[in-house]
Amino acid sequence: MSQSHVAEIIREAFPDAILQEESFRDETTLLLRREDLVAVGRLLRDDPRLAFSMLKDCCGADYLTLGRRPRFAIVYQLYSLSHNRSLRLMVGVDEGETAPSVTGVWPNANWYEREVYDMFGIPFADHPDLRRILMPDDFAGHPLRKDFPLGNEPVDHGLPPRS
Amino acid sequence: MSSTQTSPVAIGQAETMILNMGPQHPSTHGVLRLILELDGERIVGVRPDIGYLHSGIEKTGENRTYRQVLPYTDRMDYASANTNNLGYVLAVEKLLGIEVPLRAQYIRVIMAELSRVASHLLAIGTAVMDLSGLIGVVLMYCFWEREKVLNLFEGVAGSRMTPSYFRIGGLVADLPEGWVEEARAFVQQFPRQLDDIEAIVTRNPIFLERTVGICRLSAEDAIAYGITGPTLRASGVRYDVRKAMPYSGYDRFDFEVPVGQNGDVYDRYVVRMAELRQSTRIIEQALNDLPDGPINAEERKIVLPPKDELDTSMEALIHHFKLVTEGFHPPVGQVFMSVESSKGELGYYLVSDGGPRPYRFRVRTPSFAAVQVLPLIIKGSMLADVVAAIGSLDLVMGEVDR
Amino acid sequence: MGLESKLPEGILTTTLEKLINWSRSNSLYPVTFGLACCAIELMATGGSRFDIARFGSEAFRASPRQADLMIVSGRISNKMAPVVRRVYEQMAEPKWVIAMGDCASSGGMFNNYAIVQGADRIVPVDVYIPGCPPRPEAFLYGLMQLQKKIRQEKLRDRR
Ligand code: SF4
Repeated sequence: MSQSHVAEIIREAFPDAILQEESFRDETTLLLRREDLVAVGRLLRDDPRLAFSMLKDCCGADYLTLGRRPRFAIVYQLYSLSHNRSLRLMVGVDEGETAPSVTGVWPNANWYEREVYDMFGIPFADHPDLRRILMPDDFAGHPLRKDFPLGNEPVDHGLPPRS
Repeated sequence: MSSTQTSPVAIGQAETMILNMGPQHPSTHGVLRLILELDGERIVGVRPDIGYLHSGIEKTGENRTYRQVLPYTDRMDYASANTNNLGYVLAVEKLLGIEVPLRAQYIRVIMAELSRVASHLLAIGTAVMDLSGLIGVVLMYCFWEREKVLNLFEGVAGSRMTPSYFRIGGLVADLPEGWVEEARAFVQQFPRQLDDIEAIVTRNPIFLERTVGICRLSAEDAIAYGITGPTLRASGVRYDVRKAMPYSGYDRFDFEVPVGQNGDVYDRYVVRMAELRQSTRIIEQALNDLPDGPINAEERKIVLPPKDELDTSMEALIHHFKLVTEGFHPPVGQVFMSVESSKGELGYYLVSDGGPRPYRFRVRTPSFAAVQVLPLIIKGSMLADVVAAIGSLDLVMGEVDR
Repeated sequence: MGLESKLPEGILTTTLEKLINWSRSNSLYPVTFGLACCAIELMATGGSRFDIARFGSEAFRASPRQADLMIVSGRISNKMAPVVRRVYEQMAEPKWVIAMGDCASSGGMFNNYAIVQGADRIVPVDVYIPGCPPRPEAFLYGLMQLQKKIRQEKLRDRR
């Protein structure tokens, strides 16, 4: 079964869920409508033809400097152990919007979503425990946003000034 | 820094105690912090607190050129740096759509497996030492073997722990003279040393008492929590990235994927031990069939030109200058490339906007997933089992916090 | 030790000083405190090949109260910095600090928002050891430098 079948099975159940389908270097990326994410996720996990039982990774991305709308994306890397197949899902979230939480589908999304919240400041609806995870609680800002500076200090290399 | 404090007693509820473990604790393997809720000796609640080693590697990576990111990957899972390097270079190569010559692939496999050996030795040694001072002497045996592996790394890269020996498109240099023989000598004596370690540990009654049936993780939970590597295999799931999605020529080698049945601390140890032997097999095969030929892809826009050409060829000099100062421009796109590191599946997610720096640099690390499952496996067990669980998951905090 | 502050200066005290410094420098108890990659190399130093016991420092103490040497082995994140400081404060006088590795010395390759640019921003450092990570030999050399430093200490400086 090829990758395009995955999209077809999703379309059977949710005709409008897939906004965009992209393939690069044999990897399929489906851009989903935000409201459908949880339902599609459940289908992807439970349908035996798909069986994406493992959420390998979930992370955010900030497209500020590319000028794309919506500004953020949340990226899910799924894997099906029984079919040995991978799939990437993406949903767009704009500034001030809330993302749906998939902790009900894949329990390990809990910490990944906390990390996204910590690093990008995207809040998740229905998340059981939305706190910062890596940064200290009193930290100001969200480091992986593109408008957050790297925060490096200028280094004095001790070279004589150029004359 | 361990402090105790009693939580306010709710009426009609048993009194529990909050115990803070870490971030400075000898058995948390770095700077993990656990907040344990105890009812007597039994653990009723666990809250891991991570981030004490957050080094901003992802952010820094997005501010560096593709070539400059490489050394940062060594410092995530510092116990097995080569596998981290391998994942990164493969991800960039996938993004660029290039293939490296066979010799480079073989050498990469040898290095990655040696890294696995070093990392597993460290994991087993420290885990056993945490469990019992009596058989803790195993740590010395493990370190002795590990030193031999580090010597081999030093031979090729000049650095013991953080080699950064791979380059995008190949390797930094070919193997030095005599290295193959040295490596072969190591692999030949290694199984005997493993027998020694096993003789001390595997059937030791103290060790069995502390590990069998302790902190079990079922296969369903392991999959649901994204656990990979030896921990997943100890729960009976035969999933190994080297077999499922072979990379760097792993499909050319004959090896087995050991699995356990019970998913307890003991099985994780057994699986690691068996993997050490399998790694030895892979290294042996790779050393025997090591092909001749170039070690770098013929991609002048990506790989640095050979040093001697710099004196004679203007073009080479220009390429060199451009690569070092500006870097190369991969096509627009996104890739996720995973490898089997010593801890489990290590994935790199790269987004390119066509510029010389990764637009998004993201690492999926196996230890992060493993910390998340800690509460699940230690809840209900005894306080002393916490160190057994931590040791058996082989956590490296540099990888958890990045 | 407290006693030294009561002593007058003279031949007796200089001899005593030598004795105290000699014993202190040859039995430095490091606190078990690993931060990052450098900590693994620190463990290797304690391992069979390099054998830190030759310098009387093999007794790593898990409690800062029993230790007099803190080896900052690795990068210190902003979240970790207060903990490092607290561990240092929990150690009894006299105490010394070794900054092991580039990160602990200067922030190293991690010049960013997350990492403290050098351990000396939070604790007083006696010896800096460069390297990423420093080889065990380099670490042992650093330890010897510290021993040298301790042997030159004057009791009155510790009043
Ligand atoms: S100096 Fe290098 S090896 Fe040591 S903690 Fe820093 S990055 Fe790791």
